[in-house]
Amino acid sequence: MDIIIYGIINSATLALMALGFTLVYGVSRLPNFAHGALYVLAGYICWILLHKLGLPYVLAIALSLAFLAVVGGAMYSFILVRIRGMSISEIIASYAIGLAILEGLRWGGLKGGTFTLDSFVEGSVDIFGVTVDYQRLLVVGLGAVLVGLLYFFVNRTRLGLALKGMAQDERAALTLGIDSDRMAIASMALGSLSAAVAAIILLPLGSIVVEAGYHVLIMAVAVCIVGGLGSWTGAILAAFVIGFAQILTTVYLGAHFSVVVALVAIILTLIIKPSGLFGKQKELEERV
Amino acid sequence: MAKQHEQRRRERLDRGIKVRSDGVYAVGSWREMMFLLGPRLLLIVGLLAMPLILGGVPYWQKVLTIICIYALLAIGFDFLAHYVGLVSLGGALYIGVGAYVSALLNTEFGLPIWVTIPAATVLGGALCTLLLWPCLPLRGVYFAIVSLMFPLLAARVIEALDVFGGTDGVMGLDGFPNKWVEMYVVIICMLLALFALRRLVNADMGLVFRGVKDNDQAVKASGINITYYKAIGVFIAASLGCLGGAVLAHIYMWAGISQFALDFSIIPIAATVVGGGGTLAGPVIGCLILVPVSELLRDFGTLRIAVYALILMAFIVFKSEGLMSYGSRKYNQFEHWVEI
Repeated sequence: MDIIIYGIINSATLALMALGFTLVYGVSRLPNFAHGALYVLAGYICWILLHKLGLPYVLAIALSLAFLAVVGGAMYSFILVRIRGMSISEIIASYAIGLAILEGLRWGGLKGGTFTLDSFVEGSVDIFGVTVDYQRLLVVGLGAVLVGLLYFFVNRTRLGLALKGMAQDERAALTLGIDSDRMAIASMALGSLSAAVAAIILLPLGSIVVEAGYHVLIMAVAVCIVGGLGSWTGAILAAFVIGFAQILTTVYLGAHFSVVVALVAIILTLIIKPSGLFGKQKELEERV
Repeated sequence: MAKQHEQRRRERLDRGIKVRSDGVYAVGSWREMMFLLGPRLLLIVGLLAMPLILGGVPYWQKVLTIICIYALLAIGFDFLAHYVGLVSLGGALYIGVGAYVSALLNTEFGLPIWVTIPAATVLGGALCTLLLWPCLPLRGVYFAIVSLMFPLLAARVIEALDVFGGTDGVMGLDGFPNKWVEMYVVIICMLLALFALRRLVNADMGLVFRGVKDNDQAVKASGINITYYKAIGVFIAASLGCLGGAVLAHIYMWAGISQFALDFSIIPIAATVVGGGGTLAGPVIGCLILVPVSELLRDFGTLRIAVYALILMAFIVFKSEGLMSYGSRKYNQFEHWVEI
């Protein structure tokens, strides 16, 4: 029972971490390697607003979400737009942005257990004899809500449909008058926004540390690759596969191995079926 | 009238010597020979003389050694990325494997340093190739992502299994007999690697490599096994990295998890981008600039990584040709304004 409940929680955590990454990649084919850095940045901004400026919690959250969306949009429109289409340059540049943010924050003194966000609700509940605190339940609930919202956004709103069109066939979308760069900015803003949402939901469970940035990046990349880059269904399914695999290894092998699971999963997927569980790319485009 | 005056553009003309020396018969005088040899001699003689110039400051001599180790990695990265078409973001894997192999050969089997370094170069290169072999059919973004994961994975596995001394690493390696040997071994290895790779990429095999990079389907259609060629490319790059790692381990007399650290992956890439990709000498120049910068920033701790991440980003976005291509253009061409 432990394994199932904590497996679900862990999977929801992973899905939250990966959602922004898969959104950006799915729409603009941009591997945003700064995803982890944006996650940590969101938590840190929220902490500053909360503890240095003394704003109320809800306002701090709203402001930090807005700030991250702006950062994401700016990252695309000032930097990444210049190297659009050169995938290696995109990886190196976004990775460099992420590194600069993370190591800059570390230099600025972000370390240790001093930076924590309060959990939304205190207390815990027993489910089938397993004690789960409310914040972890909230992670699962909000994760589901967020996935639902994004699904609704992509399939029901004009902007969402435009983004989807962009993802499916960029050239056809261009002929229909959809502006590629504006859509990419929108997707980067949304992607950073969901990184920030994930950070604000997940960070109260621990403290804000720089290492989380690398961890989130690895996990997001793992989930997206196993699920198939750019595929939502795949990402959520992969979150569950990796989530449960991690819990199982933690229980049977030891906590050290839980990161190794993700890395092994990436490597196995890329070797066996590089397009991932639900990838839509043609075999020839991704490997020879 | 003033408007017309503004309608000019810059025209570039190759210097006569450059035009003629692209054929074989070109060079007629010492002046022209020096024009062609000058930059090359400057690099070679400059590097060989550097330890003597820096004689009074042992600290900067050490930095020079480190520069050359990074340069080995960077040359390997440049070769792999711009001639074979595999972008490997995990240079730290090569350093780590080289360091551990030479450390184990030295401490467990008691082999002397002159055996462990060449052995680590070849064995380590083979080991890295073997590890990356399953990923070789991948290309582009996919290979970059997987190679980024390998050093992380290696460090975690060593940590988790607690093998090879776990988090403490392997201690008690033999050092070099003296610092001059240490420096000249690395410098000469680096220059040899540079020379050998420049020869290689212009030979027949280099042609196949470039074919794999530009259009692997066409190469495959000619009946050439591209995975085999990619493996050779990875072996060459990995061997260079492992050589650097082995030397590094013997300099510190220690091999540990920190040799899988981010620095070894990020600095060679930054150096290649700054120096100019695809030029092979460019990465060396990049290292000569970036590593001293990082030494000067040592007091600021992790700000170093942030700084070269920013340098990397700025160069890749605004000046992606790099210093080497820019410099050689200025050296080989006249530029003047012409009226349109």
